[in-house]
Amino acid sequence: MEMFANSSSISKGMGEVVASEEPHVLAVDDNLVDRKLVEILLKKSSCKVTTAEDGLRALEYLGLAAHQDSSKNSNGSKVNMIITDYCMPGMTGYELLKKIKESSMMKDVPVVIMSSENIPTRIHQCMEEGAQIFMLKPLKHSDVERLRCQIMQCRG
Amino acid sequence: MEIVAKLQKQFMDFISALYRERFLDDQFLQLQKLQDESNPDFVCEVVSLFFEDSENLINNLTAALQQQVVDFKQVDSHVHQFKGSSSSIGAQRVKNACMAFKTFCEEKNIEGCVQCLQQVKHEYFLVKNKLETLMMLEKQILAAGGRIPDLS
Repeated sequence: MEMFANSSSISKGMGEVVASEEPHVLAVDDNLVDRKLVEILLKKSSCKVTTAEDGLRALEYLGLAAHQDSSKNSNGSKVNMIITDYCMPGMTGYELLKKIKESSMMKDVPVVIMSSENIPTRIHQCMEEGAQIFMLKPLKHSDVERLRCQIMQCRG
Repeated sequence: MEIVAKLQKQFMDFISALYRERFLDDQFLQLQKLQDESNPDFVCEVVSLFFEDSENLINNLTAALQQQVVDFKQVDSHVHQFKGSSSSIGAQRVKNACMAFKTFCEEKNIEGCVQCLQQVKHEYFLVKNKLETLMMLEKQILAAGGRIPDLS
């Protein structure tokens, strides 16, 4: 908490300057247990958390779904980081990453990919597409620090 | 205070046995480390979600394997979920049973899959019983005014 309190005020990209507050992270995972686990890891990293159970719901929250008019959705601009599982039904974490990176509004928001499988080609593919970091599941207590560092780096 | 010490010892003995018998692995310890004053019910909450999730998955797997034409992709998808959640909670024996199950799915071996489902169910109900006892011991310690012993 102290780190955030001492950092300088942060521009929210909409002409607004807000005194530093908790980073807002969107966590996407189709697994009930993993969603709870990532939620607590993020809360312990002093983040505000919104969870989504699949890629489509995540895009809807961000205002990036095909049927949405992104100019009318302000959720996306509030999100400081997205952390997503790789293996999800419908849309994989990789496909979600691509959609985020294609969006002019969200492309600079860091995306963390999680997976239970350590597949080098998969990791490489995600990093090539612009993922911030690739984390192996199951997530552990020590990942709290890793996530905190990632967020601090991204907030500058 | 004597009651608390007795309950704490019971807890320690019980959980040590669970680790020794590989019902639980280090990941469960990681979950306990995440529990604190601001998240006092975390372990209990995750365990409840695990029970809920697992029971749904067992039902889905049972139904999927009873189909005239088994959709192995669907079965594999459920097993993957089960392997994931058991891994995240530290239910080692369930996770290992799921890994064997996955292999049979990939081979499209229906008999193997049916057997594995039985094994997974067996391991799940064993660990469920153990975890329920563990959660009860935790509640008793807290109700008596004590703290859950640190295992690390």
